Amino acid sequence: MGDNLISVNNVSVNFDYQENFISKKQKIHAVNNINIKIKKGSFFGLVGESGSGKTTLGRAILGANKISSGNVIFHDEERDYDLTDMNKQDLKEYRKKAQLIFQDPYAALSPRMTVRDIIAEPLEVMRITNSRQETDERVRDIAAKCRLNIEHLRRFPHAFSGGQRQRISIARALVSNPKFIVADESVAALDVSIQADILNLLKQLQTELNLTYLFISHDLSVVAHVCDVVAVMYLGHIVEMGPSRELFKNPKHSYTKALLSSIPSIDPEKRSEAIELKGEIPSALNPPPGCVFRTRCPNPGVDCKGGEIKMGLIEVEPGHWVDQCCAI
Amino acid sequence: MSHLLEVKNLDVKFDTDEGRITAVENISLSVDQGEVLGIVGESGSGKSVTAKSIMQLNPGNTSYNEDAEIILDNENVLQFTSKQDLKKIRGGKVSMIFQEPMASFAPAIKIGAQMVEQLLIHKNINKEEAKSISINMLKRVGIADAEKRFNQYAFELSGGMRQRAMIAMALSTMPKLLLADEPTTALDVTIQAQVINLIKDIIKEYQMGVIFITHDLGVIAQVADHVAVMYLGSVVEKGPVNEILKNPKHPYTKGLLQALPDINNLDAPLSPIPGNIPSPLDRPTGCVFRTRCPHHNPEGKDGKIEMKLIEVEPGHWVDQCGIKCGQNG
Ligand SMILES: Nc1ncnc2c1ncn2[C@@H]1O[C@H](COP(=O)(O)OP(=O)(O)OP(=O)(O)O)[C@@H](O)[C@H]1O
Ligand SMILES: Nc1ncnc2c1ncn2[C@@H]1O[C@H](COP(=O)(O)OP(=O)(O)O)[C@@H](O)[C@H]1O
Ligand code: SF4
Ligand code: SF4
Ligand SMILES: [Mg+2]
Ligand SMILES: [Mg+2]
Repeated sequence: MGDNLISVNNVSVNFDYQENFISKKQKIHAVNNINIKIKKGSFFGLVGESGSGKTTLGRAILGANKISSGNVIFHDEERDYDLTDMNKQDLKEYRKKAQLIFQDPYAALSPRMTVRDIIAEPLEVMRITNSRQETDERVRDIAAKCRLNIEHLRRFPHAFSGGQRQRISIARALVSNPKFIVADESVAALDVSIQADILNLLKQLQTELNLTYLFISHDLSVVAHVCDVVAVMYLGHIVEMGPSRELFKNPKHSYTKALLSSIPSIDPEKRSEAIELKGEIPSALNPPPGCVFRTRCPNPGVDCKGGEIKMGLIEVEPGHWVDQCCAI
Repeated sequence: MSHLLEVKNLDVKFDTDEGRITAVENISLSVDQGEVLGIVGESGSGKSVTAKSIMQLNPGNTSYNEDAEIILDNENVLQFTSKQDLKKIRGGKVSMIFQEPMASFAPAIKIGAQMVEQLLIHKNINKEEAKSISINMLKRVGIADAEKRFNQYAFELSGGMRQRAMIAMALSTMPKLLLADEPTTALDVTIQAQVINLIKDIIKEYQMGVIFITHDLGVIAQVADHVAVMYLGSVVEKGPVNEILKNPKHPYTKGLLQALPDINNLDAPLSPIPGNIPSPLDRPTGCVFRTRCPHHNPEGKDGKIEMKLIEVEPGHWVDQCGIKCGQNG
């Protein structure tokens, strides 16, 4: 598949939902008919409000969520992996190649583990190394690349600052030598200065280790700075997608425009230019038919076909895709 | 005219197992009626501790300095000790809203019942009046079906609506001062824009003073009239919002601005402030920022001369870097 690392083809993810045992079974449409290609070496951004389906899509691509329909193909050097059709052996190999950066690894891990053990755990669980010495070498190597102090490896994590914890988390994700990384809100909880440091580190590691990222964030300024391609998600759909600069300079979809205008400007003289969106994202149990953004759209055009056409992306400029309800 | 709130030379210390921590040192701030003071700074800089001091909400291991004053409406709240006095500030003249609205609501009590109870404590009114004030306030903050929400529990509301309900509860007693501690940090930008607009409208309408705490300089630019920049317990710079954001003088303020990803300037590199924020147990002597400052001069006097704000432009105050390291515009 040439220069793509990941192809997501018509992927939907539904969850069963039942309010109580006598009520009717319903479906939560978390992710709907998504098509994306992630190029090798790209920093692919996924933005959208909370509940738009970003995490579910990221987890589906990692094989951590079942895919209800469609498929995800991981194009490795020698062969393709079809995530909807993998045996145990394939899954084991895929796990080494595709990793998630946890938002905070200590939330999930024992406080009695040293930093060294936290970083080493994936090597041991996946039986990648054959001796303690080999494990230690790998851990030291990746810790140094993540600019962690080697002396810190013997310590317990509770005393570390947010930035150091995030570096440990990155080292843990990278220790198995993966090619693809999903970073889900990896800088959301950090102060701006530490955030800048971690973003620079991710960029540097990308070049050094030939990584491809899926970078999930609700912060558009961050995404605009680090990502080369961006997809905007709303209620399970990608409504717009394109090269980062083009998309931020020339947004086409009403939702993208509203989202961009909501970023608080750092210039005190530019106040309240936000296109205020009314209300909140609707429930994924009953998404509106036609354009999913219709219930909050601040400026449906006179000839807006949002109620009539099915959602689906069309290419309006080379590489710049917009939902057809809004584009036509 | 005297200020609505004036904090003078405040130190806040905590006694811990590891020793005495200086969380806030020698800060002075003021807020006028109808004005928003933004406090910005990294995690651990002392923003919340400052706000909690005003309501006397810091825990039992706290000590304040003898000569500190927090004058609210011509009374020094640091001298309040009786329940009766404290009631005047907590939920009376001062209300506080938080990042996590669930912190404001008791989970097992209906929203309306909590609002009514609070009003009955602070206002000389009956239950019926309290109910109607509460429902009107829920309507005022943009909650549809206010009568229905009045009878619901906080967990039954969506995130954005919960934030509105918390604001309604904080405002229903008509406080003179609103303390808002990261009230939009956990929200999506779209909901954040709604809440910011709501808070701005309400300030105008009721002419209250507000302290708005955030680590987001963009939010500061949108809401604040004046800004105080805090680092490791000290105010290093303060002044009108335009001055601070467009003509910053202190190396720390400049550092914060350079670390910020600006959507209108994608070619600018993201420059972190070097090093880590020290533990408050190892608070540097002299200039608190010297362990991370790019202009730190090892031969200079920044380790010896105390922090002290000087006025560099009308209303724009900056730490006296100049005589320590030769900095400041
Ligand atoms: N395991 C699950 N069971 C039921 N519903 C789920 C599950 N996981 C996600 N959902 C639902 O799917 C939709 C998308 O969720 P998802 O967490 O992926 O969104 P998100 O954009 O990552 O949001 P956030 O930024 O809050 O994490 C939501 O309506 C959510 O409630
Ligand atoms: N009750 C307490 N006991 C000991 N230290 C405390 C207590 N409350 C706050 N601190 C310390 O005071 C400093 C300032 O805290 P805080 O005001 O919460 O920062 P911010 O709100 O700016 O993130 C921190 O170093 C914090 O750990
Ligand atoms: S299709 Fe119509 S309703 Fe939907 S976003 Fe576009 S303009 Fe708005
Ligand atoms: S006094 Fe010196 S070290 Fe401190 S902030 Fe000013 S220039 Fe930097
Ligand atoms: Mg998520
Ligand atoms: Mg705080």
